[in-house]
Amino acid sequence: MNEITIQNVTKSYGSVLALDDVSLSFSENHIYGLLGRNGAGKSTLLNLITGRQFADSGNIRVDGQYAPENPEAQRKIFMMSEKNLYPTSMKVAEAFRWTSRFYPEFDRDLSASLSSRFGLDPKKKIKSLSTGYASIFKLITAVATRAPYIFLDEPVLGLDANHRDLFYRSLIEQYSENPRTYIISTHLIEEAANVIDQVIIIKNGRLLKDESRDDLLRQGYTISGPAASVDAYAAGRNILGSDTLGGLKTAYLLGECDASALPSGIEISHLDLQHLFIQLTNA
Amino acid sequence: MTREFADDKPIFVQIAERIEDCILSGAFTEESQIPSTTEIAVSDKINPATALKGINLLVEEGIVYKRRGLGMFVSTGAVRKVKDKRKEQFYDRYIIGLAEEAKKLSLTKEEVMALVERGYQR
Repeated sequence: MNEITIQNVTKSYGSVLALDDVSLSFSENHIYGLLGRNGAGKSTLLNLITGRQFADSGNIRVDGQYAPENPEAQRKIFMMSEKNLYPTSMKVAEAFRWTSRFYPEFDRDLSASLSSRFGLDPKKKIKSLSTGYASIFKLITAVATRAPYIFLDEPVLGLDANHRDLFYRSLIEQYSENPRTYIISTHLIEEAANVIDQVIIIKNGRLLKDESRDDLLRQGYTISGPAASVDAYAAGRNILGSDTLGGLKTAYLLGECDASALPSGIEISHLDLQHLFIQLTNA
Repeated sequence: MTREFADDKPIFVQIAERIEDCILSGAFTEESQIPSTTEIAVSDKINPATALKGINLLVEEGIVYKRRGLGMFVSTGAVRKVKDKRKEQFYDRYIIGLAEEAKKLSLTKEEVMALVERGYQR
């Protein structure tokens, strides 16, 4: 079975419970969005999978193999994180060469062509790169490894709008040509929303949602109109939250929209992923 | 054909409708090739599965078809098919909203008809 499975994983730092009995899986050839507010436990989860930290209890497997401290399992994973783990005096080209020793599938042509598309000079030292280019360097490395599971933790940090655009296009192009599993953890949900097809939401160390983006989006909607009408419809339904603007009220609801029960004068619209996320993870 | 997506409709439906628009406008003529799933996905920054789902909607309706090893092509008769379909949807998509807005503004039916007339004269 080609997937990463996480079973009943718990991790605490002192008295702080970072992950609380989390079970989920990342299956082959999907683009996952791993979403959560700051401190929700996303990075902890990624660190546990990649063996940078160890779980207190639970089980993590990659394609059926126990993952922590298992080089064979870890070779199937590449994680790009905020931290730069390369020696800073290393040049970009050297870092690509170096990575290719650990990842036999590393595509040198791809790293060269992406570098030129992004305007990354391979002769530059990693420490001399700006925040944006440091991210670009790490992204190119990640994509070029051709690892079956590629984790991108805040991939677009410091990238300008043009480079973010180019990044997502390059990612989709690579994914189309060489399908594999990407797990993108980001706070910039709007930009990633159409790219991902699976959504995992972690809230306070617990798994809140784990489903396809389309299924998740079908569950949420908003209604807005005169406060009294909105309240009348919303009563007894699963209300995520609401906003009022003078006499106008907007309610965010979870569940099927019952169009026949909607009073006139009420506008109904879909919740996009970012708004649904905000409503689900507020408070 | 890149465009921002409205939030009301699933993206795959919007992809299908945009291809239909291109067929209606003559940008994609009958028996010509339409962009590939990858081209659409990259240009719109959407998941390739979403682009495929959009194209598959059109395959099911016989508006486009697959030539093995070559790609997707506009069917002969696709223009008529799209027009027939859009005509059927015309009431739901435009007339209901138009009537609702007109009532909100207390426009009479006669006033609305006059406006329709004016629209045609443009």
